[in-house]
Amino acid sequence: MPDNSLPVIKQKEQYAKMVKQSMPKARVGRNIFWAFVVGGLICLLGQFILNFYQALGLGASEAGAATSATLVFLAAFLTGLGVYDEVSRFGGAGGIVPITGFANSMVAPAMEYRAEGLVFGVGARLFAVAGPVLVWGTVTAWAAGVLYFIFR
Amino acid sequence: MAAPRKNGKQTVFFQSPPVIIAAASIVGAMEGDGPLGSYFDRVVYDTYYSEKTWEKAEQRMMLEAMRKALEKANLQEKDIDIMLAGDLLNQIITSSFTARALAVPFLGLYGACSTMCESMALGAMLIDGGFADRVLVGASSHYCTAERQYRFPIELGNQRPMTAQWTVTGAGAAVLAREGNGPVITHATIGKVVDFGQGDSQNMGAAMAPAAADTITCHLKDTARLPDYYDLIITGDLGAFGKRLAEQLVTQSGYDITERFSDCGILIYNAAQDVHAGGSGCGCSAVVICSYLINQLKAGKYKRLLVTGTGALLSPCSAQQGETVRGIGHAVVMEMR
Repeated sequence: MPDNSLPVIKQKEQYAKMVKQSMPKARVGRNIFWAFVVGGLICLLGQFILNFYQALGLGASEAGAATSATLVFLAAFLTGLGVYDEVSRFGGAGGIVPITGFANSMVAPAMEYRAEGLVFGVGARLFAVAGPVLVWGTVTAWAAGVLYFIFR
Repeated sequence: MAAPRKNGKQTVFFQSPPVIIAAASIVGAMEGDGPLGSYFDRVVYDTYYSEKTWEKAEQRMMLEAMRKALEKANLQEKDIDIMLAGDLLNQIITSSFTARALAVPFLGLYGACSTMCESMALGAMLIDGGFADRVLVGASSHYCTAERQYRFPIELGNQRPMTAQWTVTGAGAAVLAREGNGPVITHATIGKVVDFGQGDSQNMGAAMAPAAADTITCHLKDTARLPDYYDLIITGDLGAFGKRLAEQLVTQSGYDITERFSDCGILIYNAAQDVHAGGSGCGCSAVVICSYLINQLKAGKYKRLLVTGTGALLSPCSAQQGETVRGIGHAVVMEMR
């Protein structure tokens, strides 16, 4: 044990140093690279879908909405098949940040809490993961709106 | 008057050491595919084990492990005086549903991942103290039930840090008795809750290492033994990094255990399974003790073991309120005579 004659706070400091030294280096380079590749591929797929809808004759904004819906559907479907969590495990933020990550964060709790019923399970906990993003995203948007109103 | 079977500060010894007359283990697919796969009594490949929920699957695993241990001991439920069991779920539901099915007197335990050793220590005390002839002990965990309670939904995509551990799906059970054949429990060292201020729930090895080191050091001091008395000193689920830290801490207090030190969480998976630091959960030490370790004792490969169950007393509630993760370790000595 660390020197017991030291005060507890010193022991904790010593130990924190030990922990820091023995911890593995986070694989930052590798993680960033794969996040870039996986996120980029998802966006590339989005671009293909967008072009496809536009080629079918949809206007720019309709095609955008249809693209989002398609990506969300795909991600939800892959979550249901148990594939999407592997995509994010490998791709990190590349899998989490795009709209597909958002779909995953909604479908995963929906599947998970089905066991507790539709009301107190799915109903109450559907936003367990996405909730904070929605709440603070809305608050941030509101603050930005106020600033825009004052300084425009 | 001092307690007659107390040995030093935190250790007790048993006058007529209780015997582990039978042990059984059931694990999930990943554990079955791991290096210890052939030692387990049953491998269940379906995470639901044909039940409606993962919680029920875990209950079924614990119940079957308990029944299997009884079967191996040639005993029935009615022969059991007391059952001691615990798990990771809120209100230890796995254990209480199992106790309902077995209909035996039941004391529920919670020692996080140290529960198996806690149950063995207490069971041995009950027997040597003259309060029971046969005690059924056990613990379980399930990757999916633990994950959803402590962390995120299973299908949510996220990246775990390298220090994270993988909750073992499995249940281990053992029958302790006053008489019989098998390894005996000679000592138990009850650990203190040790908190060195670690707050990262994805690095439980670092939170538990000081507690494990404290218990191991205390045991060696209490019994006036040197590490080489044991063939193997093994912890429950420190994982690769926690084990290294515990080793350093024990070394700092003047004992060298490096040559004979191992960890159930490291043994249970192989590198290709990509679980990062290793296994964890009540089931981790439970299934390794109840299969591999007892098997090795019986086969004569080891004669004396110091097994320290390690628990990270982690609560999502207190963690979110900014509290640290506390560690605890309970040790039992198993010997083949």
